[in-house]
Amino acid sequence: MLWRRPWARATLLLTPPLAWFLLLYVAALVVLLITAFWQINPFTTNIERVFSFGNFSQIFSSPAYRNIIGRTVGIAAAVTVTDAVVAFPFAYFMARIAAPRTRTILFVAILLPLWASYLAKVYSWLLIFTKGGVLSSILNVHLIYSNWAVFTVFCYLWLPFMIIPVYAALERIPPSQIEASQDLGARTWRTTRLVLFPLALPGIVAGSIFTFSLTLGDYITPLLVGGTSSTFIGNIIYSNIGVANNVPFAAAMAMIPIVIMAAYLLGARALGAFEAV
Amino acid sequence: MRRTSGRRSARPTRRSITMAVGLATLSVLAACSSGGSSSAGGGATANSATQNGGGAVAGQTVPTAGLPVLPKVGKGEGQLNLIAWEGYLDPKWVKPFEQQTGCQVNAKYAGSSDEMVSLMKNGGGGQYDMVSSSGDADLRILYAGDAHPVNIKLIPAWKDFFPAFQSPAFNTINGVHYGVSLQWGPNVLMYNTKDFKTAPTSWDVIYNSTYKGEVTVPDNPIQIADAAVYLKKHQPSLGITDPYELTQPQFQAAVKLLAGQKPLIEKYWSLASQEIFDFKNGNAVLGAGWPYQVSALKAANFPIGTTIPGEGATGWADTWMLAAKAPHPNCSYRWMQYISTPKVQAQQAVTYGETPDNKLACPIMNQLAAGSCAEYHANAPQSYFDAISLWKTPLATCDNGQNNCVPYAQWVSAWNTQVK
Repeated sequence: MLWRRPWARATLLLTPPLAWFLLLYVAALVVLLITAFWQINPFTTNIERVFSFGNFSQIFSSPAYRNIIGRTVGIAAAVTVTDAVVAFPFAYFMARIAAPRTRTILFVAILLPLWASYLAKVYSWLLIFTKGGVLSSILNVHLIYSNWAVFTVFCYLWLPFMIIPVYAALERIPPSQIEASQDLGARTWRTTRLVLFPLALPGIVAGSIFTFSLTLGDYITPLLVGGTSSTFIGNIIYSNIGVANNVPFAAAMAMIPIVIMAAYLLGARALGAFEAV
Repeated sequence: MRRTSGRRSARPTRRSITMAVGLATLSVLAACSSGGSSSAGGGATANSATQNGGGAVAGQTVPTAGLPVLPKVGKGEGQLNLIAWEGYLDPKWVKPFEQQTGCQVNAKYAGSSDEMVSLMKNGGGGQYDMVSSSGDADLRILYAGDAHPVNIKLIPAWKDFFPAFQSPAFNTINGVHYGVSLQWGPNVLMYNTKDFKTAPTSWDVIYNSTYKGEVTVPDNPIQIADAAVYLKKHQPSLGITDPYELTQPQFQAAVKLLAGQKPLIEKYWSLASQEIFDFKNGNAVLGAGWPYQVSALKAANFPIGTTIPGEGATGWADTWMLAAKAPHPNCSYRWMQYISTPKVQAQQAVTYGETPDNKLACPIMNQLAAGSCAEYHANAPQSYFDAISLWKTPLATCDNGQNNCVPYAQWVSAWNTQVK
């Protein structure tokens, strides 16, 4: 019988997802990579399949594009650090302190916003930020259409994706290790720093993959709550694919977050993030 | 089989449940992010695979110009495949058309000009008959050879069109029509009447610092043309004749004007709803926008004023363009005949806040919604049209026969790197 043979079963199980992955994902990436080295003809706006580094030299020689890359990476990094700092105590409370019932409630509270539309959440923030909204009328803080607004919304949007892996990592730590640390005389802070944190680090790094990459690739939040200087890499890609039809330039721009993420994932693997989930 | 089911029968522990929840979240996320990247890659594939240089040269001729036009409208094919802006195929006017002609309308809605251009690639692929494209995409479709010449004599209502829309530069090249104009609208100056007792007479108000932090303009490289319209009047030494055909010095002057405008801008709006939101909430008190936003704000009893200042304005115009490989030409002509008639023009104008191209539509608009004809300027004098420069794709080739105009790809990069 076919299913008695492990290789046959593995083939059956893996063929559809592998085909999907190779055909739709890897092949698309390869085409993207190739397209990035093409140009468009300025007269016909047709794509000319001639190899050149023109798009990349345009990106790196322009201070404006360098600024945009720096802004995108900078905000993505800031969002990641902020979410990690907020998520750690929250996840710790859920994993080690909360009663099962409280834990369930907290879980629902984290996961429930994921059911709401991304756009609905961003627009809600717009109402909070706007002139006459909660922030400006009560606290007299004017955040609307600024990079601070973009940062705040991203921190909010991606927080659950940080909490969950950190929670999973913290929950896995055997209580005996913490007890051992305390028995050996370490106070709370020392135990957290030298026992909990290193053991939870793979979870934090796993969460950071999400917060970082999701921020890196987003262009809708900057579009909706960002100001006049909130252009992200994604916005550049979007505006070049439109009527301009400069697909090669958009492809070149799209390579940048891919390269950044590849480097990030290599670093994350070194920190053991892939064993965490 | 039995082995696996035996293994599964163990009751899941709490940990495995939480892990499962975590994993589910992660896999959803992974799906989201990979979906994003693969669609970007897919887009690149679709464009590059179907788009072929084909030895097209800078001389710019429409490859399909020589194709024979339909001599007379024959029996309908029973089907009509249309690419349209969302809502352009309202049952209000599509149903009667289907009943009259027996042509079943199959709608494909496009979300952007680019999507329309992509769908029309290869002459509509022998699948699509027509597209309701806008002026910023029209010339790309034409010069790619994806549109078919149209025998305008077969469209009786065409003679009732305002002259500006009978043979406009965005759908008629060297006297050859590639479709029939549909509707249009100007990009007007909007202002809060609480702050402005009288209408501003110049676009100057959005370029000088009096209203710093209270101005909103579209987040669109085509804004460079708006700046060019302003400069045409205020810096005649630049010699701007057509705001969509700018030489390098003219282009740089327009970009410089917009870069100087940036500190005054509260928000570059991308969606009509954003601009409505910003006016309503006081984030902006003046800016450039469409009659649609004006109507929406008026309907909400907001004190909004609108004007076309002395320099004139830009505008957009849509065309039903015939695909080079339209499989149902007879039904396509019947559609062009039908959509040009005053009644259908009026219906669409009132429904979407556009201006009809047929000058006989005015009284019908007033029947549908009192005062709508004047509100959308469907009865405006010729001088009104003369003040509007309608969108067309900026190309490197200028009307003067030279190739020294700045193409749209550079408009985009200048908008992203020099203005914003």
